[in-house]
Amino acid sequence: MLQLILFSTLNGVLYGMLLFMMASGLTLIFSMMGVLNFAHASFYMIGAYFGFEISRRIGFWPGFIIAPLLVGVVGALIERYGLRRVHKFGHVAELLFTFGLAFVIEELVNMFWGKLPVDYQVPPSLDFVAFTLFDTTYPAYRMFMLATAIAMFAFLIIVLKRTRVGLIIQAALTHPNMVAMLGHDVPTVFMMVFGVGAALAGLAGVIAGPALVTQPSMAALLGPILFVVIVVGGLGSLGGAFAASLLIGLVQTFAVAINGSLVDLIGPTANTIFGELGNVTLAQIAPLLPYLMLVLVLIFKPTGLFGNRET
Amino acid sequence: MSQSLRTFLGFVLFAAALAVAPLVFSSGLAITMMSLMGVMVIFALSYNMLLGQTGLLSFGHAVYYGLGGFCAAHAMNYIARNKFGVPLPAIPLVGAAAGLFFGAIFGVVSTRRAGTVFSMISLGIGELVAALAGIQRSFFGGEDGIATNRVKLAPFFGYKFGPQVQVYYLIAAWCLICVVLMYALTRTPFGRMCNAVRDNPERAEFVGYSTQRVRFQAFMLSAMFAGVAGALAAINFELMNSQAIGAGTSGQVLLMTFVGGIGHFFGPIIGAVLITFLQISLSDITKAWMLYFGLLFILVVMFAPGGIAGWLSLHTPLLRGGRILNLAPSYALAAIPLAAVVVGGIALVEMAHHMLVEAASDGSKMHLFKIAIDGASPVAWIVALALFFGGAFGLKLVWPRIDDAWGEAQATGEKA
Repeated sequence: MLQLILFSTLNGVLYGMLLFMMASGLTLIFSMMGVLNFAHASFYMIGAYFGFEISRRIGFWPGFIIAPLLVGVVGALIERYGLRRVHKFGHVAELLFTFGLAFVIEELVNMFWGKLPVDYQVPPSLDFVAFTLFDTTYPAYRMFMLATAIAMFAFLIIVLKRTRVGLIIQAALTHPNMVAMLGHDVPTVFMMVFGVGAALAGLAGVIAGPALVTQPSMAALLGPILFVVIVVGGLGSLGGAFAASLLIGLVQTFAVAINGSLVDLIGPTANTIFGELGNVTLAQIAPLLPYLMLVLVLIFKPTGLFGNRET
Repeated sequence: MSQSLRTFLGFVLFAAALAVAPLVFSSGLAITMMSLMGVMVIFALSYNMLLGQTGLLSFGHAVYYGLGGFCAAHAMNYIARNKFGVPLPAIPLVGAAAGLFFGAIFGVVSTRRAGTVFSMISLGIGELVAALAGIQRSFFGGEDGIATNRVKLAPFFGYKFGPQVQVYYLIAAWCLICVVLMYALTRTPFGRMCNAVRDNPERAEFVGYSTQRVRFQAFMLSAMFAGVAGALAAINFELMNSQAIGAGTSGQVLLMTFVGGIGHFFGPIIGAVLITFLQISLSDITKAWMLYFGLLFILVVMFAPGGIAGWLSLHTPLLRGGRILNLAPSYALAAIPLAAVVVGGIALVEMAHHMLVEAASDGSKMHLFKIAIDGASPVAWIVALALFFGGAFGLKLVWPRIDDAWGEAQATGEKA
């Protein structure tokens, strides 16, 4: 039991940190530009595919550096030549633009790499067992993912809290017009934030690709979860996004790990009360839980757990 | 000619077109396609009741389409088993009731707020129901879905709806009824209040309306019509599976409606007909048809936010003034680089796909626009690149000319 709790916690935190790598960019982009970026998970996917392509040609480590940068450039270009153009038509048009973009990116990946998962492997230098606990091994690559996520988290905090750019970004979150009045180039700041957000999502893709499955549906599977994270955490709140990422990471991991159904819990009477739902295990419900949380949070506390703005 | 008479004539023409279509396009494929178009027209129009008329962007409209369809399929099986004397044409009423019922339940929680909160709740509910469809097997039928048999129901004036053409007329009749009803709804005070709630909710509140209630009512009615569309789909395919309820279907209806144009009542009709046509005819030719849809959607969002209907309606004043011909030379001029961009772009995508995914098994030889080309030869790539970028450059060159022609046509129109 202890083993289960320990490993599930570790995996849950890892998954949560991975979610946060994407959710942080998404929530920053949202609070600055008011755009809920549907294509954010697509940047994660492009990151994984770029990482795969570079790692099979040059090696994993160059990919680890180059792929996120490339994704960042792609993101910045999309903001500059796509999103900015649509901006004048209002938020719905922006939302629809990113929606179409997610669609197009998925299809492009389908066209260029095929519908089947690609063979993106853990680099040999990280392919060993980190530690053994209660006869269960834990791969080093997962520890590396965790370390990367934490390093990125620290980097984000330092940039936002300790640098001049961070100050401008924080100011632009709440008072974009005032920041522009003071002579800062707000559109360029937007472009940079969009690019950096995309690059972070790309980095998440590069490191998650070998551990999870690199396939064209990975964006569509993860995208809605990201929305859950930022809405549950509170739109525009980085702290909230962090808490919600961990919460959802843990909830989903534990729901999969604890395999029980209502029948197991209260006996066969569950079947008479709930019908076939009595036999449904918690693991089966796991994918459903985030959305249940989303709907409940939006109904009872539309500002999210830590947010202070209602969209 | 008065406005109402013109509208009436419009509907008479629409009904005539529905009635004559299978005589003109009588192949089996055409009738199957037109049946699906009828279903999608209802679905897209019901979606536009939310997006276009009430300003609610939903990412989970397929829930009501799907639930309407599943309820209709179960009702058909139940009626057939118990030999009730209910004929097939009444089945869409079951879908309507199901749509209305679920629309009321989910509407209570989701229409309390508009804007992004509404969009997110609709997304959440959509994903919830889609996830539930995988768990609740007795109702949703798991991966196989729920099969049904439309011929088993009581005959309707001797018709048993076995042949597809009879199903087409059933769908066409329901399509006409729904289109007329939905159009009539836009002309009622309620329809006007929906517009008011979309454009200026604060003012609508001051006039004494509850915006929440207006949104709720619009949502329920929209879900009801989506339920009708779902029931007709169940009759048409004789099968409902969980795909119909998922995010893909929700995205598709959004795409259709927006490409058609959300600002005009007839916009979604154009979108549904066009997209369904492209979907069926393109999916045989290329594997990238979804990509071309996505690109079409993005281009519409970027350059023609009014959709096809919005773009067409820009021309009506010119048409009425007889100055539409003034635009023809500029359009003809723009058509050349536009065609080059499209052909070049398609060539690039198809060649890249062939070389990266299929060349390993099939070799580098391929066919494009019925021309045999070698994907490995640099000539083909250079030609495609030249077409694409040359066309893009050409478009940029002729764009000011079109702008001028537009300005002139508009200006002479204002003088006249």
